Amino acid sequence: MNSLPRLFIGIFVVFLFAWGGLVAMPYLQLGGLQPQVDEDGNQFPPQRDSLAEYGAEVYAANGCMYCHSQQIRPEYAGSDLERGWGARRTVPRDYVNDRPVFLGTMRTGPDLTNIGKRQPSALWHHQHLFAPRAMAGDWSIMPAYRFLYKVQKVKGTPHPDGFTVPGDPSVPEGYEIVPTKEAKALVAYLISLDRSYSLKEAPVD
Amino acid sequence: MSATVEIPGGIAANRASSGLQVEGEVVQRVVVDRSCRLPVLFFFAAGLAWLLLGSLFGFIASFKMHHPEFLADWSWLTWGRVRVAHLNMVAYGWASQAGIGVGIWLMSRLCRAPLRAPGLTLVAGLFWNLGVTIGVAGILAGHSQSIEWLEFPKYATPLLFVAYALVGIWAVLMFVNRRPGHVYVSQWYLFAAFLWFPWLYGTANVIMQAFPLKGVTYGAVNWWFAHNVLGLWFTPIGLAAAYYMIPKVIGRPVHSYYLSALGFWSLALFYSWNGMHHLIGGPFPIWLITASVVASFMMLIPVLTVAINHHMTMRGHFGRLAESPTLRFTVFGAMIYTLVSLQGVSMAIPAWNKITHFTHYTVGHAHLGMYGFFSMIMFGSMYYIVPRLVGCEWRSPTLIKWHFWLSAYGIILMVLALSVGGFLQGAYLLDPATPFEYVVKSTMLFLQSRSVSGVAIASAHLIFGFHFALMLLRLGRTGGEATTFLSREVRS
Repeated sequence: MNSLPRLFIGIFVVFLFAWGGLVAMPYLQLGGLQPQVDEDGNQFPPQRDSLAEYGAEVYAANGCMYCHSQQIRPEYAGSDLERGWGARRTVPRDYVNDRPVFLGTMRTGPDLTNIGKRQPSALWHHQHLFAPRAMAGDWSIMPAYRFLYKVQKVKGTPHPDGFTVPGDPSVPEGYEIVPTKEAKALVAYLISLDRSYSLKEAPVD
Repeated sequence: MSATVEIPGGIAANRASSGLQVEGEVVQRVVVDRSCRLPVLFFFAAGLAWLLLGSLFGFIASFKMHHPEFLADWSWLTWGRVRVAHLNMVAYGWASQAGIGVGIWLMSRLCRAPLRAPGLTLVAGLFWNLGVTIGVAGILAGHSQSIEWLEFPKYATPLLFVAYALVGIWAVLMFVNRRPGHVYVSQWYLFAAFLWFPWLYGTANVIMQAFPLKGVTYGAVNWWFAHNVLGLWFTPIGLAAAYYMIPKVIGRPVHSYYLSALGFWSLALFYSWNGMHHLIGGPFPIWLITASVVASFMMLIPVLTVAINHHMTMRGHFGRLAESPTLRFTVFGAMIYTLVSLQGVSMAIPAWNKITHFTHYTVGHAHLGMYGFFSMIMFGSMYYIVPRLVGCEWRSPTLIKWHFWLSAYGIILMVLALSVGGFLQGAYLLDPATPFEYVVKSTMLFLQSRSVSGVAIASAHLIFGFHFALMLLRLGRTGGEATTFLSREVRS
């Protein structure tokens, strides 16, 4: 192996081989995948609105993916179904609207594939993001996202988006918590996470 | 291909030849070392600065996992950003730069030629650090792309690509202009790594930014890239250094040329297909996952080949571990390489992956590889290279001893804690009757232990950083006798 061209060709071919298998082939197979459309013209997975799309950016900015996965493995690969995180395994079509995709590799916290179905209340999400331990229990190790909220004194009529967290002593009486645009977007994104519809390749039975 | 007796640096052929030739070799080495001084020391110093900062961020991230209210009110220090900043600082700031520094020196020594285009490497170094600085600041400001190992925001990637490409061009220049003669195994690894990385990084970024990629195809590109950063960048550099340092310190040729060649090509062929084992059970075609699981199994060939080759080289010389810092760090790293690779193979077995996937066990595995294997070999190499560049020897054997034991015990404790904690987490997650609350509680002791190990490792880095600074200030020993663990402390 004293010859430069031979070494060069070798390392190039090896590189190209793996690229072809792991990048080009999946792209050819799955790159053209489209949402499934039913007879009424509804798309599955449904498109997100612009607020929820912005929420996905907030999700990325704060690294939510590093503790929460968004994938339901089939029965043979884990207990995801039995834990009630989804009614069926997820398939490539579930993610065609996602760019990038937050499949995740860690479950310090629970899977969020269907969090919007499990917990559809925007108020609950806001309270939980502001004070995780007041909402989930003192065992929770989720960081609080108070920096996505403003705490202000109630003057006259309360703010239309304002809320309080029962059981969280950090906000005194007479004050309200108001979500920023980022917080509202993040919660819109979380509520949009609902992959419980049926697909032909992964029917819900 | 000839069955040459392999001693790095080409002295094997000269062993029996005239004294004049040996003297020529020594002069030539001095010239090569002098030509490397500035770029190599630059990469080492910048790498160590990132290592210290990265260790701090690692500790903050670790501490937050059992004290989630710690530093929670600043958006730029929220856990999800600190964790990502830590990874990128240590992977691209520290490990890559240490690897390039070691790689530049090894390449020049092995090509038996003074460093070509030192300006090119310095410009690459400046771009590199600018890219990492802007990238880390972007992550902390909330611009992370949230794609594992590719988190640097889009505006930092061109800077980094320029840096990587310059290093690649430099490697070709060096290789083309090498003195004729035998090409040593370390050169294959280095040459390949310096070409693979810009290709890999460029391709991944072009595909992700320029193509209308969406959905799970992102995941495939992501793990093709992320695993190949380990397989085609860090691993070859680490092995190149081990293949050089071990025979060099004990003064004995590498056991087998044929095993070296087999190890190199099988690593290239199989490692590059490994990535999708991070997606077992995920929403992907089964053939894709299976291909990576099979390739992960095939890793047994390169790993055992290298292990046998290094073991046979060391045989009868293990006593030298008591004296040579370079050898102790490097052999520790080489042994961990075997261990972490076998662990990696086991984690691709679907039945075991079912437990370890999505848990701290994987985090432990990642640290065992990047720290126990790669970083330890880099430390060992730096203990060898730096005295040859600054013209004095390491000042204190005690400081080296402390560095080694804090790093070694630190990483062992960290990996044990994360492995046991991760196993419990995975086993409890697998049982749907165990409430999530219990899963979280069961990991707490281990997450706290991990923070303790982080303090040990960070202390090791402070000690090494201090010792390195003394060397830069020429406050080491003079007299030409290399510092070993058996040397006496200088008193002054």
